[in-house]
Amino acid sequence: MGNFQVKVQPKKYDAIIVGSGAGGGMAAYVLANAGLKVCLIEAGPNFNPAVDSKQLQNPWESPRRGASTKYRPFGDFDGCYWGWEIDGEPYTNAKGSNWEWWRARMVGGRTNHWGRISLRFGPDDFRRKSIDGLGDNWPIGYDDVKPYYDKIDRLLGIFGTNENIKSAPDGIFLPPPKPRLHELMIKKAATGIGIPVIPSRLSILTKKINDTRGQCFYCAQCGRSCKIFADFSSSSALVLPAIATGNVDLVVNAMAREVLTNKDGLAIGVSYVNKDDMQEYQVMGRTVILGASACESARLLLNSKSPRHPNGLANSSDVVGKYLHDSTGADMGGIIPELFDRKRYNEDGVGGMHVYTPWWLDNKKLDFPRGYHIEYGGGFGMPLYGFQWGIENLNGTYKVKGKQKEAGGYGASLKEDYRYFFGSHVGMAGRGETVARRDNYCEIDPTTVDVYGIPVLRFHTKYSDYEIKQAKHMKETFSEILHAMGAVITWGGDDGPEDNYGLHAPGNIIHEAGTVRMGDDPKQSALNKYAQAHDCKNLFNVDGGMFVSQGDKNITWTILALSMRTSEYIVDQLKKNNI
Amino acid sequence: MDRRKSLKVMVLGTVSSGLMLEACKTEDKKAILKKAPAKPTAEKHPGLMKEEVKKLEEDNSYTYFTSHEMQTITILCDIIIPKDRVSGSASDAKVPDFIEFIVKDQPDNKVPMRGGLRWLDMQCLNRYQNSFAECNSKQQMEIVDEIAWPKKAKPEMKQGVTFFNLMRNLTATGFYTSEIGVKDVGYKGNTPNSWNGVPDDVLKQYGLAYTPKELKECISF
Repeated sequence: MGNFQVKVQPKKYDAIIVGSGAGGGMAAYVLANAGLKVCLIEAGPNFNPAVDSKQLQNPWESPRRGASTKYRPFGDFDGCYWGWEIDGEPYTNAKGSNWEWWRARMVGGRTNHWGRISLRFGPDDFRRKSIDGLGDNWPIGYDDVKPYYDKIDRLLGIFGTNENIKSAPDGIFLPPPKPRLHELMIKKAATGIGIPVIPSRLSILTKKINDTRGQCFYCAQCGRSCKIFADFSSSSALVLPAIATGNVDLVVNAMAREVLTNKDGLAIGVSYVNKDDMQEYQVMGRTVILGASACESARLLLNSKSPRHPNGLANSSDVVGKYLHDSTGADMGGIIPELFDRKRYNEDGVGGMHVYTPWWLDNKKLDFPRGYHIEYGGGFGMPLYGFQWGIENLNGTYKVKGKQKEAGGYGASLKEDYRYFFGSHVGMAGRGETVARRDNYCEIDPTTVDVYGIPVLRFHTKYSDYEIKQAKHMKETFSEILHAMGAVITWGGDDGPEDNYGLHAPGNIIHEAGTVRMGDDPKQSALNKYAQAHDCKNLFNVDGGMFVSQGDKNITWTILALSMRTSEYIVDQLKKNNI
Repeated sequence: MDRRKSLKVMVLGTVSSGLMLEACKTEDKKAILKKAPAKPTAEKHPGLMKEEVKKLEEDNSYTYFTSHEMQTITILCDIIIPKDRVSGSASDAKVPDFIEFIVKDQPDNKVPMRGGLRWLDMQCLNRYQNSFAECNSKQQMEIVDEIAWPKKAKPEMKQGVTFFNLMRNLTATGFYTSEIGVKDVGYKGNTPNSWNGVPDDVLKQYGLAYTPKELKECISF
């Protein structure tokens, strides 16, 4: 480091965007198409699904047969680089806190592997405080966001059906795929006990929507990211088209260190370290847009201290990092004896469930304040590492072809058992709303830096009775559905008060939000209703950070809608020279 | 075909998807690869991060099991998954090689595997004055029968049961994720197709049917 110096890029941009996932990718797309010059900074390497996806590889093409590594926690074929841990980039938990933080490092971010579950918020999801007195209302409502939901439905594509359900608003849907066999069984059993099951809403193209993206060919591998761009990934559906305008300079392996500000407190650019050459760089622009993920954007703001912003940038309210929340999660699974020895056929379908259950009850009549939806799985999945692991717990319990066998074993009889049980599994997972609270937060750890010398986050998160009671209700519901369909619970059935009814640790569901929240009151929020910083008018946030709450909905579709809304606002404000 | 043209082929629709993928296997794919911006790694491992390539190279840089251990593993694999009327054996599917790789990739398996193999040899040495691999097949099956049935195994054989459970699970996972095993178990997917719902005879078998609403709203081919 004898020649240690900061390299300032000579070009001045209209916008510097940090992060290329759903929020950053959408911002780049909108701004670039409006003719603005954009520098898009991404902390990981490039990723083009057409080239880099492992779609259609067979299990034996992975030496570990699809087993997970720290590089790909969802398995060797998964489309996401990194996850629960990243070499050289630690984070910490305060005593008693157990936040689990998923971090993607790649162009497109975690959208390359997500479940494509694309649920609009309902009108009530923007105003929960008015309903139950908990948390806060958003400064905007469904009517403000609906036009953007409509636009992204058309722009990016989503299948589903209009069901006229208030908590799951209608959209502009492509036709959904027909339910699989176990999904028909779930539907029959659940609806029989008063639990609705409707076609799922996934951003997968069952019909062609434009000339740059293909039509789904039903390989069930959206998690690997689609080579013909038939699923929504920010990399393929936003970043590549944005670059094609000629208005975007993409900088990869660039870890943002700080948002730079001038003496007036306005943002003037971003400093970053290049992970390849370990040199320090600065890029300058008229606006700075953070889409680094809720927690990384909060970290960046808290690390951007200056005389004008002594508590971190955009943080005179002291809310940056606060109100951190994730979806709740609990799950259960079993086997369906009726499906033993099934006829074989290809039931891959799309990458994910073909049906789901939207929230169907009234919380006023329950002992927990917020709802959840249910996601379903099962069927003939591709055999991968862990295939029928633990068969010794199964094959002594059920008759195989009419014959009671001893558990465990070996030989031709064991091979018969593997065939017999294949495709009989069913699983379900609840995803619910957490009440966002100020005392669940992340902050800068005063003692720890990452390998780039950037101070890291320390988390303080804990679930309350609201979430624990909701998990208990999930488990009771799953048990009822499984019972009604004649399934036998094989996992997730033993949870109780001692382990919060199997409630996953906060962060584990990978829907982090709330750390840079919007609001009308600058003392209670970091951003205004356009996700523009109260304290710094040319600074914006376009990821889950701006969320006040997140309903029981997976947050990506709302990140996309709000990022588009903010980006159009930025275009307008730049044209008017207001920022 | 340049990238734009190949994209056009891709978006023609479902039927052409398979053709596209076939086409892309040849020269078109090379063209796409060449034009791909700033690839993360060398051609040898497309789509892998450099950290992943390093891990693979580390895993493959040494041999963990001794030849005696590999001999024992191979015998056990083929006892667990032998050739039968449907498919070949675990060693036909190269499961021992998979086990060698996976214990290096998931080092937590190293001690249970090495220790379990030694436990088995010591049992055989005490009983038959030979290592497991050197025992005759009757002796081998005698000891296997004492550790292969978790619920009826004697308490003093529980360590052996734990080891055999691990062997069974690793062998099955290696076998059913091999080309032979996938065919055996009858997985039909991983190929471009048009999902048109559950086949009629299967619906009938389970007394199920699609509703008129589903038939109207869902995509059909």
